Parts: sequence; C-alpha cells; structure tokens
Amino acid sequence: MDILDNIPQVKAVLSHRPWPRAVVTEAGWQAAIDRLVEGGLTLLGLWGEPTAVHMAVRDGGSAEIAVVTYECAAGTFPSVASRHPPALRLERTIHDLFGLVPSVADDLRPWLDHHAWGKSYPLSGRNASRDVRPYQFLPAEGEALHQVAVGPVHAGIIEPGHFRFTANGEHVVRLEQWLGYTHKGIESLMQGASLEVAAKLASRTSGDSAVAYAFAFACAVEAALQIEAPRQATLLRALMAELERLANHLGDIGAICNDASFALMHAQTGILRERCLRAANVAFGHRLMMDVIVPGGVTRDIAPDGVAALRALLAELRKVFPRLVELYDNTASLQDRTVTTGIVKAEYARRFGAGGYVGRASGRDFDARRAIAYAPYDTLSFEVPVLQAGDVNARVWIRIREVEQSIGLIEQILDQLGPGGLETALPPGIGRGACEGMALTEAFRGDVLVWLRLDGELRVERCHLRDASWFQWPLLETAIEGNIIADFPLCNKSFNCSYSGVDL
Amino acid sequence: MTTLRDILSQGVQMCLVLLLAPLLTGFVRKVKARLLRRRGPPLMQPYRDLIRLMRKDVVLADNASWLFRVIPYLMFAGTWVAASLVPTFGNGLLFSWSADLIAIIALLGSARFFQALAGMDVGTAFGGIGSSREVMIASLAEPAMLITVFSVAMIAGSTQLSNVAEFMGSDAVGLRVSLGMAFVALTIVALAENARIPVDNPATHLELTMVHEAMVLEYSGRHLALIDLSSQLKLLLYVSLIACVFLPWGTAAADAGVVRLGLGALLYLGKLVVLGFLLAVFETSIAKMRVFRIPEFLGAALMLALLATLLRFVSGSL
Repeated sequence: MDILDNIPQVKAVLSHRPWPRAVVTEAGWQAAIDRLVEGGLTLLGLWGEPTAVHMAVRDGGSAEIAVVTYECAAGTFPSVASRHPPALRLERTIHDLFGLVPSVADDLRPWLDHHAWGKSYPLSGRNASRDVRPYQFLPAEGEALHQVAVGPVHAGIIEPGHFRFTANGEHVVRLEQWLGYTHKGIESLMQGASLEVAAKLASRTSGDSAVAYAFAFACAVEAALQIEAPRQATLLRALMAELERLANHLGDIGAICNDASFALMHAQTGILRERCLRAANVAFGHRLMMDVIVPGGVTRDIAPDGVAALRALLAELRKVFPRLVELYDNTASLQDRTVTTGIVKAEYARRFGAGGYVGRASGRDFDARRAIAYAPYDTLSFEVPVLQAGDVNARVWIRIREVEQSIGLIEQILDQLGPGGLETALPPGIGRGACEGMALTEAFRGDVLVWLRLDGELRVERCHLRDASWFQWPLLETAIEGNIIADFPLCNKSFNCSYSGVDL
Repeated sequence: MTTLRDILSQGVQMCLVLLLAPLLTGFVRKVKARLLRRRGPPLMQPYRDLIRLMRKDVVLADNASWLFRVIPYLMFAGTWVAASLVPTFGNGLLFSWSADLIAIIALLGSARFFQALAGMDVGTAFGGIGSSREVMIASLAEPAMLITVFSVAMIAGSTQLSNVAEFMGSDAVGLRVSLGMAFVALTIVALAENARIPVDNPATHLELTMVHEAMVLEYSGRHLALIDLSSQLKLLLYVSLIACVFLPWGTAAADAGVVRLGLGALLYLGKLVVLGFLLAVFETSIAKMRVFRIPEFLGAALMLALLATLLRFVSGSL
C-alpha cells in the first residue's frame, strides 16, 4: 500500500485484487498526477465508468501497482493529460464513451468517435449529443510546408488509420495520427456478458495477440474470484503465449526488412512464421490458439503429437534462425536503412511507459513477465534484452533476442509439462458481492492490462482492455520527426502498433 | 532492294521489342520469386495484365486535364521509338541513320517529363511526391547517361548505335579501362531509370516510398496498360543497349543472311536471359536505399562516366 500511503484518499476498495484500489479526493487525484509528472509513477492505464474514472499506476522504484479512482459527481474530473501527456488519448476516449469532461483539458477533440455511431457518449447511460464538427488537425505553420494525407485506405492490405504529415519537401515536420476506424464497441459488448462470452471477446480485441489477451483476461477473473489455475494450465498458457510471440516477432523481422525492399528476409521469416502457426495448429487445434485459455484454466491439453511438432519446430528454428540473423547483420544496404532511423528518445519511452520492444529498444527495462512475475514465469528462467539506441535497428535486435529467449522458454515448458488438472472450477456465483480483478500480461507488443468488475452472478459488469499500443503510437509521432517521409513505413513497421487494440 | 530489306529488318525489330518487353519483365519477376522460394506468377502474366487493363474502363479524376489523358500515348510512342533505335539481333537499323544515342536519351527524357507532369496533374500528394523524386533522380541520371554515351562514342567514333555496335564487335576495340567504367555507369543509370531496387521498388505497396508507382497511382484501364508497357519497353531498351554496346557478339551485320539473322536473334534472347537473371539476383541481394542516398549512388555513375571520358582523352588505348 506504499503508493496509496502518500495519496490522500477517501476509502480503500477491499474487493479489488490483486493490487489495491482506493477512491481518492481531488487532492489525492492531483497528488497522483504530481507523482506521474515527476516520474516516480508510470501510467498503466486510465479508463472510465459512467460516474468515475480509474487510473492505474506503477511505482518505478518499489514496482508496486495501484489503482486510484476519482468519482465524478459533476460529470467532470481533473484532467491528467493537461499535465501528463501520455494520458491524452485515453482521456479523449473516456470523453467519447462516457461523456465525462476532463476539466482544464487542452484537447477535447473526439478520438474514437467519428460521428458514425448515431449517438454520442454511448456508455454514459444518458441521451446527450455533442456538436458534430469536422476534425481539426493540429496546425504547423511555415513557408514551404505542405500536408500529405495517408489513409485510412492504404495501397497495401493493412489495418485502417489516418496519418497526416506536415512536410517540408521530404522532411517530416509533424505527424499526427487519427485512429478509431476499427471501433467495435468492445467495452459496451462486455457489459453484462457471461465469462465465456467475455473471454472470447477479449481474445478478439487484437487478433495477433489473441493468446495474450485471453491470458490477461483469465488472470484478471482469477484474481477477482481468488482462485488459481492449476500448474499444468499455466504452463500451457505460457507455451501458447511464447508461440504467439515467436510467430509475431518472426513475421515482424521479415516485414521490417521488406519495407526496406529486402524481400529475401521476408520470404525466409515468412516460412518460419508459417511453421510456428502450423505447429500451434497441431498442438492446440487453432493457428492463433484462440479460445483455449479460459478463466480457471485451459479448455484442452496439448495434443498427443503436439510436443513432437513443437520440438521439431524448435530444432528448425535453432538451425535456420541464426543464419537469418547473420544475413540481417551482414547486409550493409539493410543496416544503412535501419541504423539511426526513427529514434525514440529514452526520456520519452520512460515518460510514456512504453512497453515491449519500443520501450526496451530505448532503455526502458520493463517486461511484465519479469516485473509482475505471474505464473508460470516466476519459475522459468529467461532474460529481458534491453538496448539504448532506440532506432529501427534496435527494435529489430530486441525482437531477435526475444525470439531466442522464447525458444528457450518453450523448451523449458516442454520439459516441465506432465499430466495434471487443466481447470479450476469457478466458485458458484450465487450470494457473492461484486468483485474486481486486474492483470497485466506481456503480449508480443508489450504489456496488456485487463481490469474488470464482476457482479454477483459472475457476469462482467465493466471491463477495460488496454493495449500496449496506447503508449507506443504517440512515440511513433516523435520518432518520425526530422526523418524523411520515405522512411515512415520502415519506422511504422518497426513499431507495428495495433489499430484494433486501441480502437476498442 | 536494300531499302525494302532495311524496312523489313526495322519493322521486325520494332515488333520484336514490343512483343518481348512484357516477357522480360515476367522473366525477371519469375526469377525473383524463385529466389525467394516462391512459385511466382507465370511468365505470361504481364501479357494477361495488359490485356485485362486494355479491356477495363478508364476511371478519371474529376479534375484531370486533357494532358492527363494524352500523356500515356506520348510516353508509349516516345519509348517505343527509342526502343526501336537499339539494334537487337541485327545491325543496320533504318532509323539509326536519322536518330542516334542522344536522340534515344532525348526521347526517354521527354517521356519522363510528361510522366512527371501527369503525376502532378490531378493534384494528389502522392503524385507530387513521386514527380519530385523522379525529377531529382532524372537530374542526376541523365547527365551520367550522356557522359557515358560520350565516352562510348569517342571510343567508337560515332553516336549511331549501329556503328557503335559494329565497332564493339570488331577486333579494333580491345580491352579498355574506360569501357569498363562506362559499363558500370550505364548499369547504375539503367537501375535508376527503370525504377529498380536499390533506387525504387517496382513491387512495393507502400505509397510513401514509391517513385514511379506514385506518379501513376491515378491511372487506370488502357492508360495504365500503356504506361506499364512503356516501363516494360524501357527495361528492354536498357538491357538491349547494354547487350548491344558491351556484349556485341553475334549481332548480325547489316547485310547478313537469314541464318546469321536467326543466330543473332537466338543470341539476343540468350543475352536477355542472362542480364535479366543478373538483375533479379542483384535486386534480391540488396535493400532499397534512403531517398537522399540516391544522389550519391548516381553521383558515382556520373564520376565513373566522367573518368572514362577523361581516360580516353589522356590515352587512346585506355
């Protein structure tokens, strides 16, 4: 309770697990923001409810996590973003969905709301409407500056998002993103959903992180209900999470090289990625391993021939991958593109709490698998690679090192797998009060946060899913400044942020 | 009789380049695909694409001017005429006497000028980016090309390709340093002019990195077919040019018989296969360079060409 000790609070919420939550006064809310601004705390998430806002923070020194809640009696709350910019998009989302107004906010433009929902503030529970105004991009003034608008429809098959460049010839002066094109209304669909439906929804938030989301959702439910998944189930969960990480990192490494028109790497890693997905299919009956992880455990054991398939995969990776790493390292023309391109300053990575390869390539030593040490990672040995350069090359190298670590982790897990129970039965719902749970897991992009409140009948009352990309997208805007327009696809691919994950 | 023969020879070569151009592009794509362990599209795919585009309706932007509609035809005409000036399997082209290497550069230059205009005509951001990049590349590639031509012309004593090819095929030429430099310079220019890796990527879908593709993003239907055919012709032109000047063996003389002409044609096809294969291997083994690295790359071509010319001045035998 160290974090909350320094914050004036009204009352602690006892049904919130595993980390404490407290309802705070305005002074307490401001004190938390103070500590965010001075760098003692890192923002993990900021989300709303019809009459309250929650802010999850992590203490960089003591590694503790806590949630502070501000009750918006008058429909307003003191703006976090006006003092701590990483909260900006989250705050605009809260305004879009719940109609809560951050007071003294500098930027209240809609974020997810493209005026296509037919109503405003869909989760607020009241019938309010806001003015429909054309979206205003931030101005950049100067002679010879011109704008280049890219997307949401792109020449390739990628997710939709709008990028507005202000450029001076080839040099980018400012980039502004506008997302929200894949809004699916997940938070609203979650309300009242049964655990089974909600787990499915969670794993479909961002398809490439299906396992990580399901894992986080299951952990949050288990925390709320104070149950633990059997050892065998947690091992299988980690196995799937590492397989997912392998497949995505391999795909990314090739795709980054392909954006520098080095198709050879893309073709080779494409084969390896496909092998991962097929091995996953053999082992768990689904290429993306959807719906295997459920609250309480896993729905199925690894298939009888799954272990052999995975061992064969690892053998091939151990043989082929080092050669590809050598190819990447020895192709001078490729290095010329990736080294010093799109640098993310360590200071920004720290302030934004950027997770995953974006943060670790810029010196932020954080990995939820080690920092939270959720089961079974507390008993597995692995290293977290960290680099300082912050450029595209560093982000590629972090992925390469993580592929190597994941191979090692899968081997350890395969050695430890044995017969064992797969599921812990959920407690009967009748007669319980509401309970709240929260969990962080490490997806391939970075930490996924899931917060939820279950009602007495084990239905989801509120659930918030925060993708790692919320704190990575803004850094892409800073990374491209001073670079040239033609290098943007390369920078963008090295971030590979999720559109679907932040559009909710 | 000679005139009729010349007309026939010229006519055959003009049709040949038109027919072969898509095949060369298809071949390079196929080899690249095989190198990436992919099966790749069939060799005939570029022809099918052209036929498909020809059948499709043209979609025009509302603010497209008459220039936008005329330019594909201008580009195609200019490129085709230029391509028919390069001896393929036989020397003694009829057009050769009215137009030389410098005319080829001028024809390609005009085609490019019109293309850059078309890129800016509709007023989209990508067209503008593409045109500005294309012109930046051209402003460096064209001088390099001209100086390469001068150095070759000084050695051969003519700017007419038929004469140059004949001279290069004779024993008088010998081994020359300046020719080697001119060869490298011409290869670099050819890569840049044909929008190949490492200058541009003909297969990219990333609109922000495109050069050639960005300029033609707004084209569709038969206009796009003509532009695609022009690019394919241009690739064939440069490959033929390199073959004709630096690999002149087997090219039939102006007065050769049918057998020699047939042999020349076979050898020409062989040269296309070899050069196309080398292009595919080179493109697979290198990444695209940063846009602002291109001037250095083309600057190297310019310097090499200049050195070749200087060496030829200093010593007649180099």
